[in-house]
Amino acid sequence: MRRFKKLEFIAGILLTGTMVLLVMFSGLLFPDGGEAMDLSARLARPGVDWAHILGTDPIGRDVLARVIVGGRISLLVGVFSVTGAMVVGTIMGLVAGYYGKFWDTILMRWADVQLALPFILVAMTFTAILGADLWNLIVFMAISQWVQYARVVRGSVLTLRDREFVQSARSFGVRDWNILLHHLLPNVFGPVLILVTLNVANNILLESSLTFLGLGIDPIIPSWGGMLADGRSYMQTAWWISVFPGLAIMATVLGLNLLGDWLRDFLDPTAKV
Amino acid sequence: MTAALLSVRNLTVEFPTLEGPFTAVAGLDLEIEAGRTLAVVGESGSGKSVTSLAILRLTDYTGGRITNGQVMFTPRDGVAIDLARASEARLEAIRGNEIAMIFQEPMSSLNPVFTVGDQIAEAIVLHQDCSSADARKLAQALLEKVRMPDARTMLDRYPHQLSGGMRQRVVIAMALSCQPKLLIADEPTTALDVTIQAQILNTIRDLQQEFGTAVIFITHDMGVVAEMADDVAVMWRGRKIEQAPVRELFAQPAHEYTRALLAAVPRLGSMSGTKLPRRGSVAQDTADMTAPLIAAESLTTTFPIRQGLLRRVTRLVHAAERVSFDIFPGETLSLVGESGSGKTTIGRTLQQLIAPSSGIIRFKGQDVTRMDHNARRRLKREVSYVFQDPYGSLDPRKTVGFSVAEPILTHNLLPCRNISQRVAELLEQVGLLPEHARRYPHSFSGGQRQRICIARALACDPKLVIADEAVSALDVSVQAQIIDLLMQLQAQRGLAYLFISHDMAVVERISHRVAVLYLGQIVEIGTRAQVFEDPRHAYTRKLLAAVPVAEPGRPIDRRLVAGEIPSPIRRVGDPPVANNFDEVAPGHLVAR
Repeated sequence: MRRFKKLEFIAGILLTGTMVLLVMFSGLLFPDGGEAMDLSARLARPGVDWAHILGTDPIGRDVLARVIVGGRISLLVGVFSVTGAMVVGTIMGLVAGYYGKFWDTILMRWADVQLALPFILVAMTFTAILGADLWNLIVFMAISQWVQYARVVRGSVLTLRDREFVQSARSFGVRDWNILLHHLLPNVFGPVLILVTLNVANNILLESSLTFLGLGIDPIIPSWGGMLADGRSYMQTAWWISVFPGLAIMATVLGLNLLGDWLRDFLDPTAKV
Repeated sequence: MTAALLSVRNLTVEFPTLEGPFTAVAGLDLEIEAGRTLAVVGESGSGKSVTSLAILRLTDYTGGRITNGQVMFTPRDGVAIDLARASEARLEAIRGNEIAMIFQEPMSSLNPVFTVGDQIAEAIVLHQDCSSADARKLAQALLEKVRMPDARTMLDRYPHQLSGGMRQRVVIAMALSCQPKLLIADEPTTALDVTIQAQILNTIRDLQQEFGTAVIFITHDMGVVAEMADDVAVMWRGRKIEQAPVRELFAQPAHEYTRALLAAVPRLGSMSGTKLPRRGSVAQDTADMTAPLIAAESLTTTFPIRQGLLRRVTRLVHAAERVSFDIFPGETLSLVGESGSGKTTIGRTLQQLIAPSSGIIRFKGQDVTRMDHNARRRLKREVSYVFQDPYGSLDPRKTVGFSVAEPILTHNLLPCRNISQRVAELLEQVGLLPEHARRYPHSFSGGQRQRICIARALACDPKLVIADEAVSALDVSVQAQIIDLLMQLQAQRGLAYLFISHDMAVVERISHRVAVLYLGQIVEIGTRAQVFEDPRHAYTRKLLAAVPVAEPGRPIDRRLVAGEIPSPIRRVGDPPVANNFDEVAPGHLVAR
């Protein structure tokens, strides 16, 4: 078991680390930003030509270069939108669950209203007002997703609040702020981490859907989700256009899942053998 | 010896763990004849519950494995079979039908979405060939057998509408529905109040006589053993260390562990004739009766129940009703009463965890409700609280050191660099090691955790410690140690305790004064000797009569014990009538 935990950590770090490093140095590796077209080698098969080891797309752009450069947008969107949603949602959930009554009613009814609004409509309104760009997209995703975290955290806090160790802290006169920080936050972190790892993958794909609808960033800039969408019409003849960005998403998400699992157990003293 | 109904030979049960198999039961031999009662006693972790599960091979469902031995059972058809190796289909025909089980927690053994009648009828239809109308009639007859009041209407009630004692009666009715030859009762009364426990024990005994059922009674309570058992098997760390007829075992325990176990059992009446509580042979003369440390005057705490569309308060739970008492420095005042009597509410109200609805609390003569912010924080410092459940009252994600240091940090009692030294001192005072500070709560036993909780309570140098059922969840031997520790600390520091408990024998050992609560009101208050040796109120007498005494063969007088405690929920505008007190002796007040 312990051995397995260690393996989990190593595999997670390797997968995630490789993806992050490649993407960080994509500018050095591919100075052209994956835009260079080699019209003589359109739809080249992978593994045939060393210059295009993962093949090319219909206008002769290198798939490997685009996967690595495209990771910039996808990872930025995936990581920052989830972090934002997590931070906002966790704080809201803690406040709603711990203070109850007034704050709970206000925050949770707000959450209900937000859940009831059609996502695409809100996305369209948002981009119409603020314009489509990377950071607007991230902010939009974060504020549309905090509700999930808030609900999960609130639910856990409601049960934790009446547990004896929280009562005990209160009986010693520990201030609310310290109870939230020291006793509630660490104990709600497990379920939050699971949501985080699930949502990173979702948001990478969501970015491409929004881009496809013209609500995201400039479709010219490569991203994993965008490449998947582009490759759809070539699935029969040129599978590699969509399969490699798909594998990149999978590797990142798998790596984050492994790391998330490891982190959850690392933070939980009872799980240590 | 006649042929045994059930004979367990060399039973070994293992649970696979990360460090290899853990042997929960090792080479156990047990034997029980029809119509007799075998008590299996032992402290937590002794393997007694695993044994009961292994007999019906329910260990298969909890991750355990029977690795050795046999469980020979003689069913109604007279052909003995080995349950340890029987097919699952054969076992299903035996479980519930020939061997029935009763578990500790009656609420969780009943399905909350079906009525009581449906659940009993289901058990009948499962093993007997009869129509559902007949099953319902049988169910009603069974409920009458277990002395359920108003059995006919009870059939259509849901489990949550019944009290704990009634639920356990339903569970017993279900267990007896097929007239099993063997009944395994795993701590069936541990979760119940003493008066209800006495009623349930009576019921089991009567039914046993009527049906000739053999009973395996698993318990940690020596008093219950003395009342119920014919034979006793003592288990320790998965092994049976002694078995004897009940009188023999209590009179001449052969094994050292059995002797220690019996010695640790607090016996009601053992303190008769002494004025003060004693620690060892030293009288606990610590009380300073000049000026009260804390005084409650006509304290009332009610909880509203809101109903309807407008969430209007329609009814009130009168948890504490016009309760008055003083606690003096260095004194132990015990609050006794059954569940729902308001013991915990009073403790929490005193500590300002719950706001009182009316009444005054004076701390060192000062009215708590009129205190400013700083004085109130000081009160939190000087009155600390030890909770019942040592597993729940420590944050699982914080080290022991953090938990003990938290009150010191909260009140800025010491500069940061001295805190770890202080934590080490506190841990040593409660009998732990300084290096324990770096470990997490889950690596400690229940008794050690309760010591940690006490260290935490002492961290801010309190004057009063409210111990809310602080020893109730512990094994008797550990319980004796913790009580000794509490008394030692009282002698050293002049601490006052508000000791909240339902266990009369423990209360008798530790208290200077005792208050008996019934439905949120004090019915009798006085010194320990006054309340225990000269109980004047009918309820106090009933409570004392219900306590099982670890003395086999003692005639059981249960005439006093009947009925249920009424509900403390009342309509708004209909408060209960406050008790008036007669002073029968100096300091001994009894409700009229």
